[in-house]
Amino acid sequence: MEIINIALAGTLESSDAQVTVEPGENGIELTIESSVIHQYGNQIRKVVLETLERLDVQNGRVTIIDKGALDCTLKARVECAVYRSNGITENLPWGGVIK
Amino acid sequence: MINAVGREIPEEILKATGKEAFKGAYAYDNYEYTKAAPTVRAVSDPNRSKMVENIHEALVKCGIKDGMTLSFHHHFREGDYVVNMVMEEVHNMGIKNITICASSLGKANDPIVPYIEDGTIVGIQSSGVRGKIGEAISTGKLRDLAIMRSHGGRVRAIESGEVHIDIAFIGAPTCDEYGNLRANGGKSDCGVLSYAAVDAEYADKVVAITDCLVPFPNIPASISMVHVDYVCVVDEIGNPAKIATGAAKPTTDVRKIMMADYCTQFVINTPYFKDGFSYQTGVGGASIASTISLGKIMEERGIHMGLGLGGITTPMCSLLEKGLINKLVDTQDFDLGAIESIKKNPNHIEITASEYANPFNKGAYVNKLDFVILASLEVDVNFNCNVVVGSDGMITGAQGGHPDTAAGAKCTIVIAPLLQGRIPAICTNVTTVTTPGETVDVVITDYGIAINPRRQDLIECMKDVDLPFCTIEELRDKAYAMVGTPDAVKFDDRIVGIIDARDGTIIDVVRQIKDFEFDD
Amino acid sequence: MIHPNKKRLRRSMMFLNCQKPGLIKDPYIYKPDSIMLDLEDAVAENQKDAARYSLYHALQEIDYHGVERVVRINGLDTPHWKEDIRVCVAGGADTIRIAKTESAKDVKIVEEHVLAAEREFGRPEGSTLLMAALESCKGVLNALEVCEASERLIGIALSGGDYTKDLQTTITGTGVELMGARQHMIMAARAAGVQCWDTVFTNLDDMEGFENETRMIKMMGFDGKSLVNPRQITVVHKIFTPTEKEIIFAEKVVREIDDKKAKGIGVFTVDGKMIDIAFYDGAKRTLAMAKAAGVYKGDL
Repeated sequence: MEIINIALAGTLESSDAQVTVEPGENGIELTIESSVIHQYGNQIRKVVLETLERLDVQNGRVTIIDKGALDCTLKARVECAVYRSNGITENLPWGGVIK
Repeated sequence: MINAVGREIPEEILKATGKEAFKGAYAYDNYEYTKAAPTVRAVSDPNRSKMVENIHEALVKCGIKDGMTLSFHHHFREGDYVVNMVMEEVHNMGIKNITICASSLGKANDPIVPYIEDGTIVGIQSSGVRGKIGEAISTGKLRDLAIMRSHGGRVRAIESGEVHIDIAFIGAPTCDEYGNLRANGGKSDCGVLSYAAVDAEYADKVVAITDCLVPFPNIPASISMVHVDYVCVVDEIGNPAKIATGAAKPTTDVRKIMMADYCTQFVINTPYFKDGFSYQTGVGGASIASTISLGKIMEERGIHMGLGLGGITTPMCSLLEKGLINKLVDTQDFDLGAIESIKKNPNHIEITASEYANPFNKGAYVNKLDFVILASLEVDVNFNCNVVVGSDGMITGAQGGHPDTAAGAKCTIVIAPLLQGRIPAICTNVTTVTTPGETVDVVITDYGIAINPRRQDLIECMKDVDLPFCTIEELRDKAYAMVGTPDAVKFDDRIVGIIDARDGTIIDVVRQIKDFEFDD
Repeated sequence: MIHPNKKRLRRSMMFLNCQKPGLIKDPYIYKPDSIMLDLEDAVAENQKDAARYSLYHALQEIDYHGVERVVRINGLDTPHWKEDIRVCVAGGADTIRIAKTESAKDVKIVEEHVLAAEREFGRPEGSTLLMAALESCKGVLNALEVCEASERLIGIALSGGDYTKDLQTTITGTGVELMGARQHMIMAARAAGVQCWDTVFTNLDDMEGFENETRMIKMMGFDGKSLVNPRQITVVHKIFTPTEKEIIFAEKVVREIDDKKAKGIGVFTVDGKMIDIAFYDGAKRTLAMAKAAGVYKGDL
């Protein structure tokens, strides 16, 4: 999938993460800010990159502001932002690339 | 070398401090030593006044100079103005290389950070630090090693001469012109002055700072004029709204209530829960909820608490009022209810920090505790607790009486929710050991309760009790299964602070924090 | 075949906002019988999509330790309900709560889409249960046809807020305004052999009022209550916990019926009371409730 429009998902509440995706041409440019960066920075990056890969996103600026979200929340927020950037809200591939 | 809680204490730190590595919680029982003594200048001329115009004059008269150690107490908590006021004047006078020896420092003292950066302050010794001072130490801005001591450990360090206080500044809600200090009355009422007593007795010079001068004699005094050199009146010593707030509303957080109920059930099923038992608890939501639920059972069964100890909150005072506590023995007042109580109830009594917790006197109150209910940032699978350094490596808390009461009590209970956001409270290794696991008996979480295997007697008496018991490893595994195994925080090599055990040995070191970098 | 979970114990059914990660990560700690992950009222109109991703991953990745996972989907008058059904079924929700149900037809429409989703996502046909929230006078009056509309339907729940608006009154705290609906719904549910749950009690500062209301709906025959806060769970469970006397009697009834059935005896007495097979289910229910509350450790 491409990142078509700027899109945002998630909040800055505790246990959540706010994900912003913006169009780009130089691969994935990932920025991560996290309240738990020392303990979970690598894990957060891994989950975000895996999720983008599943969605076949190859280019775009992706910004994560994490407030201690679990992996399942990070995935949900990244997916939501990517589909929002494409304006898609129906007939989603549950269990396909969303998993 | 590796100390008794498995922490590596580098030789150069042992050499630089002249300290030994921690050998066990009771290794210094029977230890003999000669107490230190202050240098005293006599006041025998009845015409001599102790009054000074301002802090500047006090500093001049006390002979302030580079490299001195100044002490403060933290009874004004997050409403304290005294530390900032004195240090600002010290800074203005161009004095350098000062060591602060405080009973604790909080966010209220953030304004002294620039004095750390410019070399006015080079050493900090405290129960702990929060806010920007913690960040300054963790990021390596303090020249000397920060030393974190428990409340009892601080008294020991002062009385044994490990630290010598040149000038003690004692903020007092009321004071007379001859230096009789009381914690009650005035504008900045704080209830007791327990932590300042040792400063008064062992500092060479003692300056009383008050915003409410009262007629002589201001008695019964928490601190007597016989220790006080100068009296300085200022506009405000603190912000009363932050010194003590109204009693916290009992928590409605079901998770905390659940942990409090587990705690109460545990307490009442031990052999120590009988008429005349002794008990200390903290100010957290779960601690207060457990005091309330325990109170109900005491009332139902007609069981009285012989001794309620330590930092006091309104729910403990309510039990005293109801006649369910015989003596409430107080070292700090956390809310207005506690302050009111000590004024009017003759069974609510102020003691000094030495009486409370000093491991090197001839027996402190903590030794007589049956139960203490504590919190902790982290607990590891060896039951070691960390109450000073955040899981991100930043200094952000205080030992307080944690190690003292844990060592003293027959049954030490730590209540901690398994997760704080994504951070597991139960872990393989705590970031920093502040309280040794050998003194921690039970850990209560929202996911289950683990009894220290050293306490087979407690395990035995709980075997028919319907509580969610499990091992501490099971708790950690549950946490890690939910949030993932955390990476260890990567520190710089430089050591910025040491954690003193109660007896003055080194239980752990604190290293400078390092900016996070992704692997590969 | 009747779904094995159709009649499971549902005393406490706690709503949780799907859009709040901190709430949905471990509500089982409070030990409700069911959680109701909400895609409807708790989720803002512009976050309906976001809530579905959270829901999907929560259903797939969080171990709810046997607590029933109900999802409240958006009403059939919204653009959201079809995708809601897809995500529920794909994620493996145990039960779907249909909002604003007014007729048997509503249930059948949802059932069709659930079946289609079960086929799409390879879930066993019939594995997803349904429950219907009645939120209007029409819905309440049609309770019986709603209850009989689908084999998947586990029961009906009163939604008092919307219902009283439709009645042109408000929640008064006396219960008078809800009396008719409650009586009617419980009778319809029992006539159809399904369960019935009372509406939420939203004033968290009035725990006494909540307790009184819970006692009342238990007396009326309800199976449980929709809840808005974990504080309410222990109260409901306490009230729905059988007394020791009730447990002993239920145990005797079950044993006697098992025994007499084998001997071909239809009517007999237990503790001086006339007993026949009609007492069996009730006694079993009492024991199940006692077991769930941890006050019965027997083997029945």
